[in-house]
Amino acid sequence: MSKFSEIFTTPLAKNNPITVQVLGICSCLAVTAQLKPAFVMAISVTVVVALSNLIISLLRNTIPPRIRIIVQLVVVSTLVILVNQVLQAFVYDVSKQLSVYVGLIITNCIVMGRLEAFAMSHKPMESVMDGIGNGLGYGVILVILGFFRELFGSGTLWGYPVMEKLGLYNIGYENNGLVIMAPMALILVGVIIWIQRTKDKDLQEN
Amino acid sequence: MEYINIFIKSIFIDNMIFAFFLGMCSYLAVSKTVKTSAGLGIAVTFVLLITVPVNYLLNKYVLQPGALTWISPNLANVDLSFLSLIMFIAVIAAIVQIVEMVVEKFSPALYNSLGIFLPLIAVNCAVMGGSLFMQQRDYSNIGEVISFSLGSGIGWFIAIVGIAAIREKLRYSHIPAALKGVGITFIITGLMGLAFMSFMGIKL
Repeated sequence: MSKFSEIFTTPLAKNNPITVQVLGICSCLAVTAQLKPAFVMAISVTVVVALSNLIISLLRNTIPPRIRIIVQLVVVSTLVILVNQVLQAFVYDVSKQLSVYVGLIITNCIVMGRLEAFAMSHKPMESVMDGIGNGLGYGVILVILGFFRELFGSGTLWGYPVMEKLGLYNIGYENNGLVIMAPMALILVGVIIWIQRTKDKDLQEN
Repeated sequence: MEYINIFIKSIFIDNMIFAFFLGMCSYLAVSKTVKTSAGLGIAVTFVLLITVPVNYLLNKYVLQPGALTWISPNLANVDLSFLSLIMFIAVIAAIVQIVEMVVEKFSPALYNSLGIFLPLIAVNCAVMGGSLFMQQRDYSNIGEVISFSLGSGIGWFIAIVGIAAIREKLRYSHIPAALKGVGITFIITGLMGLAFMSFMGIKL
């Protein structure tokens, strides 16, 4: 059991897909302007990574090496199509906000990266744990980014007008419009990496 | 004129990296030297230039709602757009495989210097994103699609060569240990993105 928990908790901080492995950056920056799409995206990616890890791990001994990438792409594409249909059915407004980035989960480096690095060489239960761990590690960063960007960029949290309720507009506080825009997301991720690496000196490059 | 409009817009205003964050993973991984970045940038541009028009034709004549009417009028209600994701990625993977074989045959030196990154272009978000944006924006003819894909590729190329040039110079700067490598690259990319935002107000 301790091995399972290790596989599950390492991607949350020490081997975080975004800040340490540097994978899955594209979608994490694009969908975090608000907290709700960030959360939905995090759940979608976790589902896709966990299930694709499971399927590929079950098939790992029967896939011919030459067409490995194609098989992985087919499995991941099918899962993403299913997730896309579910999102369009149940949270249509969020899926419109996510637009092309749901489709881009197929090319999300975390999905393919974990398939190659883990699912192809480990047993199904461990692969599912690894998938869920990586998905949650990705989700943690997404939620942090979404939280700060929505709070300081639009003064709301999950649509709830926090800044207005706190009465901050009356004393002259203004929303920071730059935070919602693309460049600030990149700088925020840089700052998160900075904080993480200051606390954990092993992760520093030289 | 519309073609030039779209072309310039795709390079600067709708830049794949700075506006849409597509292709960030290989952008961050490969940008340590200008030479490899230039090679990868050209390869991505080339793949975009081939795959986006092919996917446009696929979308127009097979996937779109009502696209199959050229086979028979009975099929006017068929909507295969839910298959777009898997069809696009299949086309991209196939074309990248062909490009890989052609490059290996005609220029073994280039093939060796690109190494693993050539097959990895198949899962580059920028390439898939190019096709998905083409589908979303509904361009009217193949000329517009070609200007869009060429512009996107060149925009990606400019971004990756730019960050590689800056990272090469950064080697002699004093950067806090916790920021070295990935951390400072993110912050610099953010600053470059801010600079590119200055193009947003341009009306062509």
